[in-house]
Amino acid sequence: MALTNQSTGLGALKEMFQVKMDSADDVVIALAGNPNTGKSTVFNDLTGLNQHTGNWPGKTVTNAQGSYRYKNKKFILVDLPGTYSLMANSVEEEVARDFICFGKPAVTVIVTDGTCLERNLNLVLQIMEITSKVVVCVNLLDEAKRKKISIALDLLSKELGVPVVGTSARNGKGIEELKEVVYQVAQDGIQPEPVRILYSEAIEKAIEMLIHALDSAVSKSLNSRWLALRLLDEDPSILEEINRLLGFRLLEDQSILQSLDEARLILNEKGICQDVVSDHLVSRIVCRAEELTEAVVTVHNKNYNQFDRKTDHILTSKAFGIPIMIGLLGIVFWLTVQGANYPSAILASFFRWIEEKLVLLFASAAIPDWIHGILVQGVYKTMAWVVSVMLPPMAIFFPLFTLLEDLGYLPRVAFNLDNFFKRACAHGKQALTMCMGFGCNAAGVIACRIIDSPRERLIAIITNNFVPCNGRFPTLIAMATIFIAGTSAFSSFFATLAVLGVIVFGVIMTLLVSNLLSKTILRGLPSSFTLELPPYRRPQVGKIILRSIVDRTLFVLGRAMMVAAPAGLIIWIMANINVNGTSLLSCGAALLQPLGNALGMDGYILMAFILGFPANEIVIPIVIMSYLSAGALLDLDSMAALKDLLISNGWTWLTALNVMIFTLLHFPCGTTLLTIRKETQSIKWAVVSFLIPTGAGILVCFLLTQIAKLSGLA
Amino acid sequence: MKKTLIPLNLLPIGRHGRVNRLIANGSVKRRLLDMGFTNGTRVEALQQSPSGDPIAYQVRGAVIALRSEESSLIIMEALLQEG
Repeated sequence: MALTNQSTGLGALKEMFQVKMDSADDVVIALAGNPNTGKSTVFNDLTGLNQHTGNWPGKTVTNAQGSYRYKNKKFILVDLPGTYSLMANSVEEEVARDFICFGKPAVTVIVTDGTCLERNLNLVLQIMEITSKVVVCVNLLDEAKRKKISIALDLLSKELGVPVVGTSARNGKGIEELKEVVYQVAQDGIQPEPVRILYSEAIEKAIEMLIHALDSAVSKSLNSRWLALRLLDEDPSILEEINRLLGFRLLEDQSILQSLDEARLILNEKGICQDVVSDHLVSRIVCRAEELTEAVVTVHNKNYNQFDRKTDHILTSKAFGIPIMIGLLGIVFWLTVQGANYPSAILASFFRWIEEKLVLLFASAAIPDWIHGILVQGVYKTMAWVVSVMLPPMAIFFPLFTLLEDLGYLPRVAFNLDNFFKRACAHGKQALTMCMGFGCNAAGVIACRIIDSPRERLIAIITNNFVPCNGRFPTLIAMATIFIAGTSAFSSFFATLAVLGVIVFGVIMTLLVSNLLSKTILRGLPSSFTLELPPYRRPQVGKIILRSIVDRTLFVLGRAMMVAAPAGLIIWIMANINVNGTSLLSCGAALLQPLGNALGMDGYILMAFILGFPANEIVIPIVIMSYLSAGALLDLDSMAALKDLLISNGWTWLTALNVMIFTLLHFPCGTTLLTIRKETQSIKWAVVSFLIPTGAGILVCFLLTQIAKLSGLA
Repeated sequence: MKKTLIPLNLLPIGRHGRVNRLIANGSVKRRLLDMGFTNGTRVEALQQSPSGDPIAYQVRGAVIALRSEESSLIIMEALLQEG
C-alpha cells in the first residue's frame, strides 16, 4: 500500500517515471513479482526505511521507491505493482510492463514465492521475454523449508539462463547475496542469457520475419523478438504505449506492416488463426513453467498444504465463515477501544501539563491575549486533541489490521463476501479495497486499481467512503462510549458492538449503492473474477508493529496534524470574531440550524462537518469549540466532561446516533476527493462521490429522526 | 466410475479432473489460460465460499477462486460415479 510521503524526481527518460536520481551514475532497479510473495519485505530489506513514492505519468499509479548503497554505487529501487502476469492488461499489469519495457531499469529483480513456484514462474518467463537483465529471487525459502519443499536453485538458474538467488527476506537471509548479484548484473560482471521459449514452428517462422523488419525500424531500444510476439498477439495497448512514450507509430512503418501481413499469411496457410496464436503464446509459457517446476522442485510431503486447507475449511465455511469474520473485526475494534482509553488519558494530561506551561510562558512574556488565544486555545489545543484521541487507537488498530493482512486473511474476506458483491453487480475484490479504506479512504481508492473492469473499479471508488476511515473512528468510538455504552462493566463491549453495527451498516450501504449504480449510471454485468487464496503465513510481529507505525500511523497522524493546526486557527478566529454581537461560527450555525434540526442534529454539528472537510478528525474538536463560548477546547481529561457539555447543549441518544450515521455517510474528505479525481481522471466522478454519500446521510438521518419523533421515542 | 465431461462449476467438492477445453473467448479465455487452466491441467475443487459461489480450486500449486460464470466455461474430464 502506497501510503507514504509524496515526492517528485528528475532524470532523462526516468523523468517520465519520476524516478528520483541524484546523479547519472545511479543504477535503477525494478522490483517485480506476484502479490503475496514478500516483495515488499525484500524491498524493505534492501532499502531500510529509505523510501518514498513516485507517480506514473498519465496513469497516476503510485509506486514506492527507495535506495541503497552497495560497493560505492547508489541503487534506486522501484517497487512495481504486484501482478501475476503481464498479459491480461489490467492497469497494474500495464504499469509493470511499461516500466520494465520503457523505463529501462538496469536490472529487473523478480521476487517469487518458493512455496508456489510454478504460479510465479509464469511472470518470470514473461519478463525474460522483454529483457535479459533479470535476477530471479526465490523468496520465502523458510516457509518452503517448513513445508518440506526443496528447490534446486542452481538447476533453475541453468534452465532459465539467468541468476537465481534464494532468500528468506523476513529473516534478512540472502539479501547480501542478492545485492551482490544485482551489482554484478548491473556492472555486466554477470551477463544473463535467458533461455528462449520456443513456440511452434510456424509461429517461430512468423516471429523471424517480423524481427527482421523490427530490427531496422526500432533499432536496439526495444527487444524485437518480444515486440514481434506482441504484434502477432494483436495487443493494441503496447502499440499505444510505444506511440505515447517513444513517439513511434509501429504500424505506419511500411516494412513492418508488410512483414506482419506476410507472417499472418504463412500462419493462415497452416490453418493457424489469430485466436490460436494468442492462446499458444499464453499457454506455452504456462507449460514451460510446469516443466521447470517439475525439474527443480521436490515436494517431500505431498500434504504440505493440509494446514491451509483445514484452516480454509473453517474460515470460509458456510456456518462459520461470516460469523468468524465479523467476530475478528469485533475483536480488533474491542482491543482498539479498550486499549486506547488509557494511553489517551495519559497523553491528554501530558498535553494539558504542557499547556499550563505555555500559558505561564505567554503571561510572563506579556504576549497579547489574542495571540495567546490563537496559538494556545486554537492551534495547540486542536492539535493536542487530534494527537491524544487519534494516536492510541491508530497505534493499536493499524498493527492489528496489518497482522490480519500478513496472515493472508484478507483474500478470504473477499472470498466470503464475493457473492454479495456479485449480486450487486460489483467486483469481489471490492472487499479488499474496503479493508484498505478502514485505514484511509484515499488509500482505499488507490487500492481499487486491483479491479480490472473500469465499471466495477468506479463503483468501488465511489462507494469506498462508506467504510469509516481512521479519521472517523475516534468520532464513532467517542459517541458510542458516551451515549450508547452507558457505565456498566460491559461498557466497552457495548461500545464495540455499536461501532461494529455502524460498520455493518456501512457495508450494507456499500452493497445497496453498488447495486443502484449498476442499475443506473454504471449499468453492466459483473466482469470475470479470479482471486488467489495465497498460503497462510506466519507473521513477523516485530516488523509488523514497526512498519505499520512508521508507514501508516505516523503518516496518517502527520497529515491530520497538518490539517488540524490551520483548522484550529481558523475556527478560533471564527468563534472569536463577532458580527453584530454574534460570532461568525454562530452565524453559520444559525444558518444551518433548520437543516440540522430536520436531521436530528444542530447547526453547530453540521458546521463542524463542513469545516471538517479537510480532515474528518477535527469534526468533534470543532463541535466542542463551538459549544464553549470561549471558543477553545475544554480540558478533555474525562469523557464525563464531554458528555456534560454535549447534554447541556441539547444532545440526546438520537443526536449521537445521527452524528454516528452522518460520520459514516457524508462527503469524503478533501484528500480522498482529490485522489478520486486523480484516479478517475474526471471531476464528474469526484462530484458523484461527493453527492451520493451526502445524499444518503441526509436521507437516513432525516427518516430516522422523523420516525423517532413521530413514534415518541425521542 | 466413468470418465465424463462436465463444466468445472459442477465438479463436486473434493474431486479433481483435467481441463479438456475452454469455451471462453477473448480476455476471459486469456486470463484463465494465464491462471494456468490450460488443456490437460489437473484441477481440484477445494472449497465453496459461505454462499456456495465462488468456489476455490487447486490449480498448478496455487488456490484460485472462480465464480460460476467463469468456471462453467472450463470443461473438465473427470472420473465420476455413474448416476
